[in-house]
Formats: sequence, C-alpha cells, structure tokens
Amino acid sequence: MIRAGVVAVQGDVSEHAAAIRRAAAAHDEDVEIVEIRQSGHVAECDVLLVPGGESTAISRLLRREGIDEEIRDHVAAGKPVLATCAGLIVASRDAKDDRVETLDLVDVTVDRNAFGRQVDSFEAPLTVEGMDDPFPAVFIRAPLIDEVGDGVEVLARWDDEPVAVRQGPVVGTSFHPELTTDSRLHDLAFFDHVEADAAD
Amino acid sequence: MPEETDLEELRRGTELVKRGFAQMQKGGVIMDVVNAEQAKIAEEAGAVAVMALEAVPADIRKRGGVSRMPDPEKVSEIIDAVSIPVMGKARIGHYTEAQILESLGVDMVDESEVLTPADDEYHIDKREFTAPFVCGARNLPEALRRIDEGAAMIRTKGEAGTGDVNQAVTHQRTIKNQIRTLTGLYHDEREKWAREHEAPAELVHETAEMGRLPVVNFAAGGIATPADAALMMYHECDGIFVGSGIFGAEDPERMGKAIVEAVNNWDDPEELASIASGIGKGMKGQSNQDMPEEEKLQGRGV
Repeated sequence: MIRAGVVAVQGDVSEHAAAIRRAAAAHDEDVEIVEIRQSGHVAECDVLLVPGGESTAISRLLRREGIDEEIRDHVAAGKPVLATCAGLIVASRDAKDDRVETLDLVDVTVDRNAFGRQVDSFEAPLTVEGMDDPFPAVFIRAPLIDEVGDGVEVLARWDDEPVAVRQGPVVGTSFHPELTTDSRLHDLAFFDHVEADAAD
Repeated sequence: MPEETDLEELRRGTELVKRGFAQMQKGGVIMDVVNAEQAKIAEEAGAVAVMALEAVPADIRKRGGVSRMPDPEKVSEIIDAVSIPVMGKARIGHYTEAQILESLGVDMVDESEVLTPADDEYHIDKREFTAPFVCGARNLPEALRRIDEGAAMIRTKGEAGTGDVNQAVTHQRTIKNQIRTLTGLYHDEREKWAREHEAPAELVHETAEMGRLPVVNFAAGGIATPADAALMMYHECDGIFVGSGIFGAEDPERMGKAIVEAVNNWDDPEELASIASGIGKGMKGQSNQDMPEEEKLQGRGV
C-alpha cells in the first residue's frame, strides 16, 4: 500500500488524487490519499504530489502552516515527489520573484508565466525522454525552466527550453500530467525505479 | 528513437485548457479590485486571482445607473501590477466587451449579472473565445445552460454587494440538491428532468454520472468574512469569490489574508477563531431578506 500525500493548500488537488489512484491501479498497488493542508502529515507519506495552482498563494500557505520544512525533510529522506506547474515553481531553487518563496528541492531556476497569459495556454504532444510516443502535455500559464544545475536531468524540452526535469527523487514538470489520463509521468516519478529495483 | 516535439501541433483555447485554468484556481480566493493598487494588496493577501471591475457590487448598488465593463486602461494597469491571473467582468450578452477584455490579455471573462445585462435573450457564445469564461448560476439547470454555452467555470450568483451570504448558501444547496436528485434517477427519468428544467440532456447525464458539476464551482455573492468563506467550503464549493467584502472592510489586507487562511482551514473551528480575531470590522452590508425583488441582481440572465 502506498500512502500518497497531495499538498492541498490550493490548486488542482482532486485531479492529482485521481491521477495517482489511476497510476497505482495500473501497477496493482493500493493507494491511500492524504490531503495535506496542515503540518504533521507529510512524514507518514511514502510519496508526495505538489499540484498546480498559484505559486504565490501556495508558497505562502506552505510557510504559514509549517509544511515547507516537512517537504524538505521528505526529499532529504529520498522519498519521491512529483511537482507540476506551480508545484515546480515552489520546488525550484529560485523563481526570480520575491512574491514566491521556493523550497529548493530541484536545482533549477524558473521563469513564471513564461509562455504569456491564459490565451497563450495550450495542449500539445511532447517528446519525453524514455517514452516511445509523445506525452499529451497541457501547459496552463506555465513556467519555463531557465538554469539547470549539475545533477539535474532534463526529461523534455519545448522549443529547446526545458519543461520537465528530474533530480534524485523529485520530478518536476511545467505542464499538467494530472489533467490527462496518461500515467507515464507518474510511472516515471513513482513506479519505474521500484520495478527496476525489484528486477535487480 | 521518438520524433522531436512538433511545435506546430499546439492547440490553444481547447475545453481542456479552459477548464484546466479554472481547476488551477481551486481552494483559492479570487478578489474584486478596481485598480492596480487594490490588485497589489489582493496579491499580497494571497489571492489566486483578481477580478477587475469598474466598481465593487456594493458601490454599484449605491450608485445605480448602468454598470459596464471596466476601463481598458485600468485593466491593463492591473495586469501589469500583479503576477497572478487577472479576470474581468463583461455584461451578459455583450460580445464586444468580452472581446475587448480578451484582447487586453484578461485570463478569464466573468459574464456577470452584477453588470447591467446587454442582451435580454442570449448569453455570449463562449465557445467562440480562446479565453475561458465564468458565469453565475442559482440552480443546476442554469449552471448547465451556461456550461453548454461554453462556460469553463460556474459560481453561485448569491446576492452581490450585500455582504449577506444567505443567497450564496441557497444557490449552492439548490445545485447540490438537484445533483443528488439526478444521481437517483434512471436514464429516461433524467431525460424528462432535462426537458422539464430546460437543461441540456447530455450535460444532465454527465453531471449525474460524476455526482458533481462537470466544471469547477466557486461560491460568490455576499461573502464578507472568514467564517462566510469557510461556510461555503463546508458546502463543498471549490473556492471563493469575494467582491465588496475585501475593500469594503476596515482593513482590506488583513481581511483578505484572513479569508485566504480560512479557506485552507475551513474545517478547523479553533484555527478559524484565531484567524478571524483582530482583523477589524467587515463590510456593513445589507440583509437581502427585506430587499425588494427589483433590487436583486440574481434574476438577471437565467
């Protein structure tokens, strides 16, 4: 049984809960969802999902509730995280914006709203490292990844700019895999390495 | 080896992209603002988005006259002042106001009964737009008609500008009650329900199967305090619009921040007590119990 924590202070929480349920079911794993709106729950979670939403609102509430430190501890313990869109901004080293306090879980800097406004939001098939077919990526007022530190693997690019990265246990995407029924990014974040370990 | 990403294959303004934007607002507070200064205060207070309008509903009520879309120059100033999404209100059925707001880069258009309706018969055909729309509703058939027209998000109408949460509660209860009724009906009974309530049958079935509205559903209209916001989350709204309640309060920044924190802690009364303490007076308000029908905004655009 996997205990999946969904950071639930703001954003597309139920979509993330449904997506991890779908992904787990495909691996015959039971999953228990823990919605994290206050401190004291992260430690009991095996994996964490940091949803899309507004990074200013999310980062502020994470700090107010004392969840920010708990997420850092989760990553320090080597436990997996999938952070999407605003989640990626919060997980980055620096969002180049005083309004967002980042958690520095991934050694990247991000440009918020780099694609423009909502009318510039789009969906498109995206080539992702290790996937045979393109991933249906949904970009909503999405950030772009700017500087990529050593030890950060770029998993996908849009127009040469990184839009999906992995560093240790953390996978971050500019787009929203939780808005589609395609579980391959969840597999990559949470299940593939487990199965690879089991095969050793 | 997989093929390189083809940049030409991108699609904008799809249902997924429009509804997805609304989904990102969930659990958040969207605040009415009339200028850039207010927008900055709202962002600082933790709003997920701001709603640009000419005057807050309480002032529209006091002032009377025709209420229209905000001044484009003010909208641009608000857009430049904040990093969060900016929404803007257009009159019901006023295509051109909506097109102007879209061209300014507004992230979502609110086709709003708070403004004076431009068309007594028709709402805007929202599917023609790239920008997503939010619309008010008092009940499920009204909500489904708006979704059928292309709305990516629904909010309760409530009774805007009153500071009285009563009608928002009524509308949300009505919508939930009607969804519960539908889930218990057979297919043929739902068809009949759809005909009787002038609701699109396909959306009636979809709602019944999902057990909720197929788009995000926020509370709006009369929310004035942290407790009001928490009450609407208790009633299973996805998030909150606050109109006159922020800048009609004694200390807008503290009131805004408290409402944001109350939405996250809606089910923790002790925390709510602490959040609601020492934040100054809320807007004065006007009970809608003794309000004449002709003064109510909620009957506009059904």
